[in-house]
This record gives sequence, C-alpha cells and structure tokens, in this order.
Amino acid sequence: MKYEAVIGIEVHAQMLTDTKIFCGCSTKFGSEPNTQTCPVCIGMPGVLPVLNRKALEFAIRTGLATGCKISSHSRFARKNYFYPDLPKGYQISQYELPICEHGCIEIVVDGEIRKVGITRIHMEEDAGKNIHEGDGNYSFVDLNRAGVPLMEIVSEPDIRSPREAAEYMKKLRTMLRYLGVCDGNMEQGSLRCDANVSIRPVGQKEYGIRAEVKNINSFKFVEKALEYEIKRQIKVVEEGGKIIQETRLWDSNRGVTEAMRGKEEAHDYRYFPEPDLVPMVVEQKLIDEIRATLPELPDAKRERFVSDYGLPEYDADLLVAEKTTAEWFEEAIKSGGQPKTVSNWMMGELTRLLNEENKTMEGCLLKPAQLAEMLKLIDKGTISGKIAKTVFEEMYKTGKDADAIVKEKGLVQVSDEGTIEKAVDEVIAKNPKEVERFKAGDEKLLGFFVGQVMKLTKGKANPQIVNELLKKKL
Amino acid sequence: MELYKLNISEARELLDRKELKASDLLDSIYKRIDDIEDKVKAFVTLTKEKAYQMAEVSQRIIDTGKSFPLSGIPMAIKDNMCTKGILTTCSSKILANFIPPYESTVTSRLGDKGYILLGKTNLDEFAMGSSTENSGFFTTKNPWDLERIPGGSSGGSAAAVAAGECIAALGSDTGGSIRQPASLCGVVGLKPTYGRVSRYGLVAFASSLDQIGTITKNVKDSAILMNVISGNDPLDSTSAPLPVPDFTKVLGHEIKGIKIGIPKEYFIEGMDKEVELSVKDAIKKLESLGAVPVEISLPHTEYAVATYYVLATSEASSNLARYDGVKYGFRAEGKDLMDMYMNTRAQGFGVEVKRRIMLGTFTLSSGYYDAYYKKAQQVRTLIKRDFDEAFKTVDVIVTPTSPTAAFKIGEKTEDPLQMYLSDIFTISVNLAGVPGISIPCGFTSNNLPIGLQLIGKHFDEETILKVSYAYEQSTEWHKRRPGI
Repeated sequence: MKYEAVIGIEVHAQMLTDTKIFCGCSTKFGSEPNTQTCPVCIGMPGVLPVLNRKALEFAIRTGLATGCKISSHSRFARKNYFYPDLPKGYQISQYELPICEHGCIEIVVDGEIRKVGITRIHMEEDAGKNIHEGDGNYSFVDLNRAGVPLMEIVSEPDIRSPREAAEYMKKLRTMLRYLGVCDGNMEQGSLRCDANVSIRPVGQKEYGIRAEVKNINSFKFVEKALEYEIKRQIKVVEEGGKIIQETRLWDSNRGVTEAMRGKEEAHDYRYFPEPDLVPMVVEQKLIDEIRATLPELPDAKRERFVSDYGLPEYDADLLVAEKTTAEWFEEAIKSGGQPKTVSNWMMGELTRLLNEENKTMEGCLLKPAQLAEMLKLIDKGTISGKIAKTVFEEMYKTGKDADAIVKEKGLVQVSDEGTIEKAVDEVIAKNPKEVERFKAGDEKLLGFFVGQVMKLTKGKANPQIVNELLKKKL
Repeated sequence: MELYKLNISEARELLDRKELKASDLLDSIYKRIDDIEDKVKAFVTLTKEKAYQMAEVSQRIIDTGKSFPLSGIPMAIKDNMCTKGILTTCSSKILANFIPPYESTVTSRLGDKGYILLGKTNLDEFAMGSSTENSGFFTTKNPWDLERIPGGSSGGSAAAVAAGECIAALGSDTGGSIRQPASLCGVVGLKPTYGRVSRYGLVAFASSLDQIGTITKNVKDSAILMNVISGNDPLDSTSAPLPVPDFTKVLGHEIKGIKIGIPKEYFIEGMDKEVELSVKDAIKKLESLGAVPVEISLPHTEYAVATYYVLATSEASSNLARYDGVKYGFRAEGKDLMDMYMNTRAQGFGVEVKRRIMLGTFTLSSGYYDAYYKKAQQVRTLIKRDFDEAFKTVDVIVTPTSPTAAFKIGEKTEDPLQMYLSDIFTISVNLAGVPGISIPCGFTSNNLPIGLQLIGKHFDEETILKVSYAYEQSTEWHKRRPGI
C-alpha cells in the first residue's frame, strides 16, 4: 500500500524585542546566568506582568505578513505545570482568542506552488534554562531567558512531505527575518520547530493518529527527523501495529525519534484566562499603522526581480532568501551593475568566499558598489574575467576598491599587440613539437598555447588578442 | 487622653500644631503594643527600629510646616503586602523567611506621604480564611473578647486598629477579608472597587478578586488613606486609568433623597437576631437622615459562595504554584526534584491552603473546566448584572456585613463550610468588583460589635463614604473601644 504523510508544524520564534514580554529586563543572549532578571520574571510573590507593546506589534506584524486575521479581542491564559525553569509555576501564553488566526504561507516545491495554512499565531513567554553541572547533587537554573517573548506559529496539517516541511521552515524563517521580528537562528534556539506527523493510505480522507516530534534543533534535521518518523510509522502499520498518540524526541546523534516517558507527557495544563492582564483590544488604527510599515516580502520581491531585472526564477529565489542579500543585489544594480552578471558573481564567487569563512552577508566587508566598479573594469577591458576573480577575492578580503588593487598588484590587462606578439613568438619558438602537431590538425592544442602565453604574461594578456595572434602566427 | 487612641485627623492636627512629636506618638503606640500584644497577637513582625527612623524623617518634614497627609502617622500593614527589606510572610511557613527586594505600590505610596510602618499584621495563611485561625503562626484574638476570633483574613490589622496598636491599617479583601474583620472588631473597613488600588506587591490569592483597602477608626480616616493609595499604576495592568477624586470632599454632604437598596436575599434564616435588629435600626437611622429605603432583589445571591469558591480556588491553585522551594522561601529536602517539590509544599502550606489548592486544581482540570470554572465565570457575570440592575434604581445597597458577631476560637475550624458562610454577605461584592464598606452599627448583648455593609457602584466610593459618614456622625458606635 502507498502511504502519504500529513504534517503540521508548530514553530516557536523568539521575538527580537530589546526587553522581555512582561518586564523591562534585557533579552540579550549569552549573559552571565541570572543577571537579566527582576522580581517579575523570576516570579517573586506579589509581582504583576505588564505587556510589552513591542511584542504585541511584532505578533500583529507577523500575522499581517502571513495573511492572518488579527483579532480585535485577544487575551492571555495561564498554562500551569511545575518545572524549575518555570518560575511562576505557569507560563503566560494564549489559548482561547489568540492574536492572529487563519493565515497562509506559500511555498514552492519542484516548481509547484503549495499553500500551507496558518492556524494561529500567539504570544507567550519563554521559560528559563536548567543547567546540569557540578557534583551532580544539584542542578542550576538560569532565568535570563525566562520572560523572553515568543510567538508560537501553528500550521494547518497541510504539509505532505519532509521536503515541504523543510521548505515551509525556510520560508517562514525568511519571512520572520524580513519582518525583523526574529533572527531565525535554530542552533541558538531562537527558532524552534515541533512537528505533528501522521500517515494515511493515499486516497484516504481521515487523518491517522499523530505523533509529535520535538527537539528538531537544526535546519538540516527537519527533513531527516520527519523522514525517519514517517518510515517508522509506515513500518509499525505494515507490521500490523497501531500508531499511538505520543510525544517523541528527535535524537540527532542516532538519527532516530524516541518516545518520551509517559510521566513526562501526562500533562494537564489547566489553562484559564490570565487574571493579571486585561483582555487586549486591538484597534483597526493600530493594525493599519503596522501594515503601513511592512517591508516588501520575499514573494513580491522575487516576482519583481524576475520582471524588472529579467533574472531567472532560480536566481531570484536565491537572492531573496535573505533580505540583506536582496538589498546588496539591488545596491549593486543601482551602482551600474548588469543584473544577471551581478547575480552570477553573488551566487558564485561571493557565496563561495562567504561559505569558506562560514559568514553571512551581514559580515561581508565588500560593498555592492565595489562589485559594480569591478564589473566596469572588466567591460572596459582593464582587467580580464580571469584576473577579476583574483581582484574580487582581494576586494572581499580587504574591502579595498578594485581600482586600487589592480594598480597595486599591476594587474592591468595587457592589450598592446607588440608586447603580446613577443610572448606569442617566444611560446611558438619554445614548443616546436606542439606547433607541428597543431599544424597537422590537432586544433585542441590552441588552448595549450593560450595557456602558455597567459603564463608568460602572468595572466594579464588580453585573451582575445592572444587568440587572434596565435591563430595568425600558427 | 492616651495618644494611641488618636485617629489620623486628630493626630495630624496635633502634629502640625507642634503639640505632638512623631516620636511621642510612636512611643505611646509601642507602649500600648508592649502592654497588650501578647494577649491580642495582631503582629507577625514589628519594625520598631525602622519606625523611629521614619518618624525622624517625618518630624523634619513636619517641622518645615509642609507636612504630607500621613507625616508621622504610625500604621500597620497586613503581612501579604511586600515591604522592601522587611519580612513578608503571608503568615505562611513557606514564606517564613521571605524578605522582598521590592516594595508594594501601596506601601510605597504611603511612604511618599510620610507614614510610619509599625509592623506587619497577622492573617489567615495567604488570606485564606475568616478568623486568622488559618495563620501558619498563631491566631489573633478579638480585642473585645480574647476568646473570640477577630475575623479574617485581615484579622491582625482589624484587631490592631480596634485595640489601639496602630492609628490605621491596610488590609486586603478577596471575599470579605477587610469588611468582615472590621465588622467583628468594631472598626471601619473599606474594600475599594476592583482596579481602584494597585495590587502590585500584594501577594496574590485570587487575582481577579483581590483588592487592597483600609481599616480605620472612622470613615474620615478611610477617605484620607484612599486619597493616598488609589489610582492607576503602570505596574498593575488591572489598575484603572481613572482620575482619583478627593474622597474627603463629600464627607458631611447631605444624604437627603439618597436611595438605599435593601436586598431581600440578604435577610436570611439563620442570621443572628441581634445582627438583624441592629442592621434594621441602622436603616431606620439612615431613613431619618433623609435616605429613601427601597427593597431590591439580587436574585443570584444564593450562588455567590459556590461561585466564589470555584473561582478563588482556581486562581489560587495557579498563584501558589510558584512556592516550589526552588527560588526563595522554605525548601524541604527530597531525594529528587519531585520529592523536594512534594515535601516542600506538604510541609510549607497549612491545611486550608492545601484544601483550596486541591479544589482549584480540580476545577481547572480537563473535563471539569466547563462544569466548574467556566460555569462559575458565567454565574459571576449574572451576579455582576444583578448589581448593575439594582444600581439603576438605587445609589447604595445596605446589608449586614456578617451574619453573626465574632465567634469563639475553634468554633468553626472543624467545619470549613460553616466558616465559608461567614463571608456570605461580602463575597458577591468581590465577584461584582464593586466597592463595599463596613461600619460599626451596634453591639450584641455580649458587647460584641456588629457591622453594617454599604455597597456602591463601580468607582463610586464617594457615595458609600458620604452615606457612611452621615450615619457615623449621627451615632456613637464608632467611639466605643474595647476595654482591653
């Protein structure tokens, strides 16, 4: 029998606010334990939460970008459970009446557009972190993260394959970064992903029993974890077993998902409306104000790159994946670069160099105008395309202009026929055997001669002239 | 006259006229405390050293001739309001060692206006109770009869005011915890409208019902304190962003033509005859002052106690989850995390608190939520509507504060339901969020105080203060003090 997977994804995204969701403590990552805390976020007796307006705005921003309906009336709820990293014994979250509902994100898989529904987006506070170190008799609790604002973004079970799930995560990450509401860093935990997975025979309408896969803590594991889980479920069913509803943890070292112990998941969260916060009334005016500040989103940008710059879909897709990349590209065009050429350099050399250093565009020393200037040097014939690669790498590393590098290193292309002719003559004189073979019809040897001339001129000879002269002389 | 017997306005006048030094007033009160506190047991903590420091600061300000309303006025604070650097226990073993690094908004406002903190008063653990018998430390005695309870949960504050161990006090009221002890101790207790006074720093029992208020020797003192503690607080989202009137301005205004609603559901069977008689006399008195009594109905009254005990315990079960031995307060050892949690909470909380945590945990559980919590919320709305409806025709509602005068220590401890019924007349007021005040309106044949409750519209404390003041000025009840 053929099976189809049904996947829904819950994403927890840490919002990029400066302060926590219910107090004024900093949200900076990586400080000394418990240095970014106050009576409110460590749950001292008698303190009260006050909503960070920025967090509300970020949630609305995300809702608008994903086509959600923004609730005019929304409220917080308490999710009750005991854990040392949860200082109040409950998490302030949303349950009934979330801030955003009924949105949609488009993903492209194998050239086909797929729509993934967004069930809801809600705000909540993050928990702290337990630290297990020392003699083993005690654990420690760091509450710096307690109260950092999160958005929980819940998708409909519209995803049908691990590939789609990965595309969905990539797209969501791109959008969150465009919106400036989350840095999207899965490894640092500012973007977390849980997946609800079930299988059903192809053609069946009803959903199967689902398992929740947690702890998928890196982009590269989204597909792997889901592939494993789907295979596991198919195997269980084909062997006559039944899928049970459970929470499973992805173990990236062993590449498997494993059921959590029953006790740990037997939670009754006893949700009820948070009495310390008044219900939120979101006025249309605020929604309109936030809508007016939305940036151009990746889908729109991609379309524009294709129609305005004549880029292939493939190029446009890669360029818009990061807002900084797309902006860099457009800067280079503004400075006079030809779109497809700029795109080629960015996707080729620039990406290669960044990857070598494990860097992103944010850390890129090279300015878009510098690339445009270098391209002009190629067009003018000042440097050859080959030399340009050297120049580019130097620009990337030092941040110097192409002009300066060319002058400094004497990389100006030699187009003077006399100089080139001398080199050509020398090469012909030095390689009589090859000359004979070439004349006998082995035309492939032309490349050999060109190479020798270039070597002699340290790559600076204008390749076109070299070619012409060689053909003439041979 | 002994200085400890002064009320706020009398003390203010003497202090401002330089006929009295803040430290002399303080001497007199601490002397009074030394004399009777081992009998009354109103205080959990006394802050004598700090009080004299505060008195010195206040005196300097008084000497400039520009005193604040509370400069040099010694007050007692219920021990569930956080005071920076001073033990705040909620009369619970689980917080017996807790010293907050922050100040509650109310005490910080009192501080800004020059008050002197005498000490922190006893309460039923986490404000859960009607007698202070649920205190994790000891039971406070009623100054009128030391074998009786002072009421609760703000029993320590009410007893301290009645016994002259302070000039005035703050309490908190979730279901009657200011008004019932005020009634049983023969003093004035005001629970303001929910949202009128900031709850920041008040250790939560039931967040949607808790409200801080005043316990004073007379109505005017209550108005004076309300002027200081009321008003929006950016630290409490549930505090109302409304302007605060000068509550003393309306005192002395005529009450002619004021319509007072008498809810027929509040004169129930089983009510103490002497209480009923005193309250009816009080109504006649109000009538003689020009008020117009109108019989009204608050039809959902009979569901109030049940509704309250579902909602209050639900919220409490969550509010008290933070006392887990991890971060502060009492911790019992255990072989693992779960064991530590269970030992800490088993040993740290008293019987009544545990009972309520269990009740609330149950009513919020999946499968029961709709039947209990949600249903109770719906009934709460109906109860609130009862009041809205009634206030379309009347200005104030008048009822007894408590069905009986102070009962004997131990009399109701074996029967929690009987104990819960002591708040039967006060609970609806918290559910509706409206303000209520209890003022002395008579004595039983045993010389035990009886209280009259006046209930007002949302954010209309002025009217109940005005009517209370008119009544008080035409009677002598508030002038009686226990013989202790």
